Amino acid sequence: MKLRYLIIVLVILSFVSVFIGVSNVSPLDLFHLTEEQIQILLISRIPRLVSILIAGMSMAVAGLIMQQLSRNKFVSPTTAGTLDSARLGVLVSLMIFTAASPLQRITISFAFALVGTFIFMKVLDRIKFKDAIFIPLVGLMFGNIISSMATFIAYKNDLIQNMSSFMQGDFSMIMGGNYEVIYISLPIMAIAFFYANKFTIAGMGEDFSKNLGLNYRQVVNIGLVIVALVTASVVLTVGIIPFLGLIIPNIVTIYQGDHLRKTLLHTALLGANFVLLCDIIGRTIIYPYEIPISLTVGVIGSAIFIYLLLRRKKYGL
Amino acid sequence: MVEVKNLLKTYNHKTVVDDVTLKIEKGTMTSFIGPNGAGKSTLISIITRLIAKDSGDIQIDGKDVLKTDSNELAKKISVLKQSNSINLKLTVRELVSFGRFPYSKGKLTKEDEKQIDEALEYMELTDMENKFLDELSGGQRQRAHIAMVIAQDTEYIFLDEPLNNLDMRHSTQIMKILRRLVDELGKTILIVIHDINFASCYSDNIVALKDGKIVKQGRACDVIDACVLKELYDMDIEIQQVGDKRICVYY
Repeated sequence: MKLRYLIIVLVILSFVSVFIGVSNVSPLDLFHLTEEQIQILLISRIPRLVSILIAGMSMAVAGLIMQQLSRNKFVSPTTAGTLDSARLGVLVSLMIFTAASPLQRITISFAFALVGTFIFMKVLDRIKFKDAIFIPLVGLMFGNIISSMATFIAYKNDLIQNMSSFMQGDFSMIMGGNYEVIYISLPIMAIAFFYANKFTIAGMGEDFSKNLGLNYRQVVNIGLVIVALVTASVVLTVGIIPFLGLIIPNIVTIYQGDHLRKTLLHTALLGANFVLLCDIIGRTIIYPYEIPISLTVGVIGSAIFIYLLLRRKKYGL
Repeated sequence: MVEVKNLLKTYNHKTVVDDVTLKIEKGTMTSFIGPNGAGKSTLISIITRLIAKDSGDIQIDGKDVLKTDSNELAKKISVLKQSNSINLKLTVRELVSFGRFPYSKGKLTKEDEKQIDEALEYMELTDMENKFLDELSGGQRQRAHIAMVIAQDTEYIFLDEPLNNLDMRHSTQIMKILRRLVDELGKTILIVIHDINFASCYSDNIVALKDGKIVKQGRACDVIDACVLKELYDMDIEIQQVGDKRICVYY
């Protein structure tokens, strides 16, 4: 798969995405848009497209970084408690500061995501039995514990409905004015690209890193901060998109190897393409209604995940 | 010169490295031998700052290892551990390129590329430089790792059981290359090795360790001695002179 194909597909899908919806805006109108159509594009369609692209890219990249740092192909924000911790953070921010600004919320959510991921990595250090499947299972259990804590707190405080609104990833609520916090992911991803080489070296282990004079702990911590920050911003604006960080990097690895320098851009683009495609499917399948993105990604993603698991035996992922 | 003074390391009340003092001359190949659990790997790891020591002093070319900047040290010493089993899908060339990281931080210059080419050639890997590591045999993979260390271009090279899981042909091939690195490029090589005959035939000096203590250190021909080996391994080992080589017969 060439990079330019990914870019071409992304452009085409983006174009399609902008012109799908209940209000009629067709590509033919593009040169004589009415006032109303311009409003629709600026307030709804384009923010939606932007948040899809950023969410897809950043969750895929977050997954890639986690897999590299944990040296396990099945660790991702979904299977390491990062997503659940970020969600708990959002809930806490809702409870304590009812009128919190998006920036305050993301800070709290980020802090929770970081602590949660950090705990998982500490647990990982302690596990002697480094089986490829066992570790993500531990992560899933850990995530579920945090998730049940969140549900308990939400239940006690009558916040269940609020919680389910950000439990499910959903792009239909994205509108100009309420999604901008996701832009935080962009500079963070630039930093991730800057660290690509170091993450690859860290992925080869502590001894290997030290031999090359790399400050292993520092690089791992920077990676975890990137993952937590990106996850928090996506959970806060879009909600949880499962499997993304798991399957996209694994697909890219198959044809591109594991050198982050070569895989990062592919992972980001494929992630954006995948979410965009799932979103278009979700919007058209029961038109004029739509299926939330977490459902479409969940169904397609889990199918791919099972395929990857079965394939693992053959190619030793 | 590598100088180690009164080095001590304890794990859970068990002393793994016990008051070790040694000196390694530049431009020599030194083998560390001894039974399992003698502390050979731990000693190498402590000298190369991978594991923290409890007490003692380590100096390389007169500079304290722990007080030297880690990146600067990476241009002076390189270490290849037996556990360096990488499960990343990287090509041979990508792996070898990482050897240049201490110099270029990933932005390879022409000089770096030249060093990488030379390292690949030295290990006879040029024709498979674009193959992924997981497509290679054990011997080829080991050679790729050593090529990375060569690309790192350090004066001192520490290798922890580089012959593990290799057949005789590949083992001799690697030992011959290491010997060439010492003789042709003037490197100083410190190697942990289990096969005492490889140690006897290829190294200049041998350090014999048991229970964390040095039993004997000196020239290879002095350490490969029936009495020393008896004390080291608790078994009778007959030593025969074959040509100019001293061969241990312990079967």
